[in-house]
Amino acid sequence: MSQPPSITLRVPEDTESNGQEPSPDSEGALHTSFQQLIQEQSSLMEASLKLEMQERGRETPAHLPPPDFCAIGSPGQGEQHLGYSSTSLQILATMPSRTIGRSRGAIISQFYNRTARLRHRSSRPPLHQLCRVARTSFWQYDLENDPDRATLEDKRRLLVKELLSLSPSQRSHMLLTVPLSLAEKHFLRQELSRQRGPLGQHTQHRTPSYPCGGSKDYIVLGLRCLWYRLLTLLPAAQPWHYSLKEISGRFGSSVLSYFVFLKTLLMFNIFPFLILLVFVVALQAAYPPASATPQPFTGLELLTGAGYFTHSLLYYGYYSNITLNDPCASSPNSSMCPLAAPWLPYNMSLAYVFSVGISFLVTCILLVYSMSRSFGESYRVGSSTGDVAVKVFCAWDFKVIQRHSVKLQCENIYTQLKVQQDQQARGSSQRQQEAILLVLPFVVSLLNVLMPHLYNLLALWEKQDLPVTQLYVAICRNLILKMAVLGLLCYQWLSRRVVCSTAECWETCVGQDLYRFVVMDFIFTLLDTLFGELVWRLILEKRLKRKQRPEFDIARNVLELIYGQTLTWLGVLFAPLLPAVQTLKLLLLFYIKKTSLMQNCQSPSKPWQASHMRLVFVSLLCFPCFLGAAVFLSYTIWSVRPSETCGPFQGLETIYKSGKTWVQVLEKSSPNITWFTWVHQHLVESPFLLFVVSAVLLAVIYFNIQVVRGQRRIICLLKEQIAKEGEDKIFLIQKLHSVYEYRERHA
Amino acid sequence: QDCTFFTRKEILRLHGRYYEMAPNVVPMDYTKDPDVKLPMQLIINMPELKENPFKERIVESFSEGGEGSLSFNDFVDMFSVLSEMAPRELKAIYAFKIYDFNTDNFICKSDLEQTLNKLTREELTAEEITLVCEKVIEEADMDGDGKLGFADFENMISKAPDFLSTFHIRI
Repeated sequence: MSQPPSITLRVPEDTESNGQEPSPDSEGALHTSFQQLIQEQSSLMEASLKLEMQERGRETPAHLPPPDFCAIGSPGQGEQHLGYSSTSLQILATMPSRTIGRSRGAIISQFYNRTARLRHRSSRPPLHQLCRVARTSFWQYDLENDPDRATLEDKRRLLVKELLSLSPSQRSHMLLTVPLSLAEKHFLRQELSRQRGPLGQHTQHRTPSYPCGGSKDYIVLGLRCLWYRLLTLLPAAQPWHYSLKEISGRFGSSVLSYFVFLKTLLMFNIFPFLILLVFVVALQAAYPPASATPQPFTGLELLTGAGYFTHSLLYYGYYSNITLNDPCASSPNSSMCPLAAPWLPYNMSLAYVFSVGISFLVTCILLVYSMSRSFGESYRVGSSTGDVAVKVFCAWDFKVIQRHSVKLQCENIYTQLKVQQDQQARGSSQRQQEAILLVLPFVVSLLNVLMPHLYNLLALWEKQDLPVTQLYVAICRNLILKMAVLGLLCYQWLSRRVVCSTAECWETCVGQDLYRFVVMDFIFTLLDTLFGELVWRLILEKRLKRKQRPEFDIARNVLELIYGQTLTWLGVLFAPLLPAVQTLKLLLLFYIKKTSLMQNCQSPSKPWQASHMRLVFVSLLCFPCFLGAAVFLSYTIWSVRPSETCGPFQGLETIYKSGKTWVQVLEKSSPNITWFTWVHQHLVESPFLLFVVSAVLLAVIYFNIQVVRGQRRIICLLKEQIAKEGEDKIFLIQKLHSVYEYRERHA
Repeated sequence: QDCTFFTRKEILRLHGRYYEMAPNVVPMDYTKDPDVKLPMQLIINMPELKENPFKERIVESFSEGGEGSLSFNDFVDMFSVLSEMAPRELKAIYAFKIYDFNTDNFICKSDLEQTLNKLTREELTAEEITLVCEKVIEEADMDGDGKLGFADFENMISKAPDFLSTFHIRI
């Protein structure tokens, strides 16, 4: 369709063009003079619109807007050069930059070349082929097939042929990402399945949601099918879909990010809960220890976690340190035991420590994966914030659908643009004792609730320049407060200065303390929602007669969620059912917060970068909180002496010793697996491995930093190149026009 | 179903929504691939699109021939691209089409002015609009032709990590 000008142009032999050849001396002058021509050119290009549309024949002429002459720069240059010949306009109209997304043929041939390149390409494409971005352009390096000359049908055939040669996952990815209409995609898919022959018929009989074809990628695709089917079966996902839609419709993406974060935390809690349930709790419930009689149940236990709950599945003290299904171990006459050892001995202490370890490992993996994903979404090499262009194109939140919220959004955008412009023109007897135990959690939660409000007042007084800085400062302050409080509490628990109700089983005591903290935190969140939002709104409306409702403070709420989650992680070792409590709490919190949000709040007026914030929240969750909890846990397992009379690690020096004794027992019982003990001794226990792993990690980090640096440099170079290419283009067009003009004049 | 980002259940739900808009025209049975198109007026009255200032442009970009009536395929296509799972490049292509009001494959100054007017409901004065337009072109235009081509637009979008989350309609 389009032909490079060098082929059709029959440049006359005389010196007209020679005279216009820029000599190296005058090239500078020539370039500056082209700046003027650029502006003339842009107005000229609109004239070729009509011609292009007629040629394409896709757009009905009735709907064409009249060619829009964008007058850029000084109005003095408004002279329209409409006198250029029709052939040169024709050539202009077929320029690659005009055909983006317009003609089907262009898209098909571009994707044909993309798939061809995908097939031929090695792991890292060379620099000159770095144009992986979806731009429809006719210029390809692969001229042997020359798809430009083919008709639409031929192009389709070529594309189908290429797609057939790809693997199914790549094929489905290509199908999904090609910007054609759905009818076209249906046609392509039918062509593909038709040409795949008997194998294709097999897939046509089924109706899968995703292509599950027969090839070596079948397993991956099959798993993905299964996963999506499971997701649709999840009952919890369905009702929340509509709630989330409602929330985002009224309040936008920013507030939605809080609720999505809550949902993510729920997921983080369900996994350890299930692991602990299956391996620890259920089995201990099936083999209850013959221990002290339980105390009667009163209502206060739900708050304090003591009393009836002390000797129950909720806490560490209940769990036994024996092999569960071995009847010899629990009977008093252990010397006279005629029965043989059981078939599948279940050692409770090992199970306990491994379950806790594995749940932490799973949480760690999930966190790191989630963090890397949000990092990939939110970090761009060479990105800069505060661009007006970005604000114009990306500020509109398409999720907002309520009229009032839309109006608010318009006002927000207006305010932001105006502010930016101004800135430029010149971011218990026994019950009483139990009740007293509530005092410390009460004080801590009160502190956690009041201090953020104080920080907000402080921020008002400080008057930061950018609202973004204000936000970060607020998050930092709240985080430091919470970390300080938690650090002190951890120290207190580990040093055992607190007087527990059962002085001998200190782990249960600590577990109870943590349970109380979690419950208190929940109550205070409820109270804060009640007073901070409901009552405040009533005060604003009735007393002060202002139309404004209180805002939903996203940062504060998210930090509260993170704090609650940290408490859960700290307490998992001492109270295995704590993730279940946290799950319940999060479920209730979702509905309460949503109700309060709908009734009382208005959308936030400060700008909010949703995906960047997601990264910040998840990394806050990971780094201080999870790592801190992991450090606390590791210290407890390695160095702290468990109590003598209760729990699965009774009588051992440290919890870690249970693993070591098991390894020794294994060694004694079956001498064939000495390699396992050797591995354990040399890899797990020695610090050598740790050094090696740290060194490798550092090397990988350094390598990645260098790669990022190199990419930044490449981006700068490419930008310069693009600017130069633009100038080249203008120059060539000018040349073209002048040649045609000359020919016409002398025809 | 495998050409979009939706599961089977969601496509059936979408069909329900499409049907509700015009029950007497849209057939329940799509196996014979009927040729039914709903006019733009019906579609832009959907609650998800009603208050959106770009609703006409959105519907036009996804329709065959650019005149605004959507068949069911186009309807599904539209919500598939606007869903969470569509990749950034695909969304960028359609966003470019949406913001290009005069469909000349460039976002020129008049397109920008129209965009700004729709965004701020015409509250900015003419000089402010001109200033903002000039600043946008200055920041985003890389090859110096005075308007934004698709490459410039995509480069700018890639610097905005929020694009994926804001260019998203839940259905």
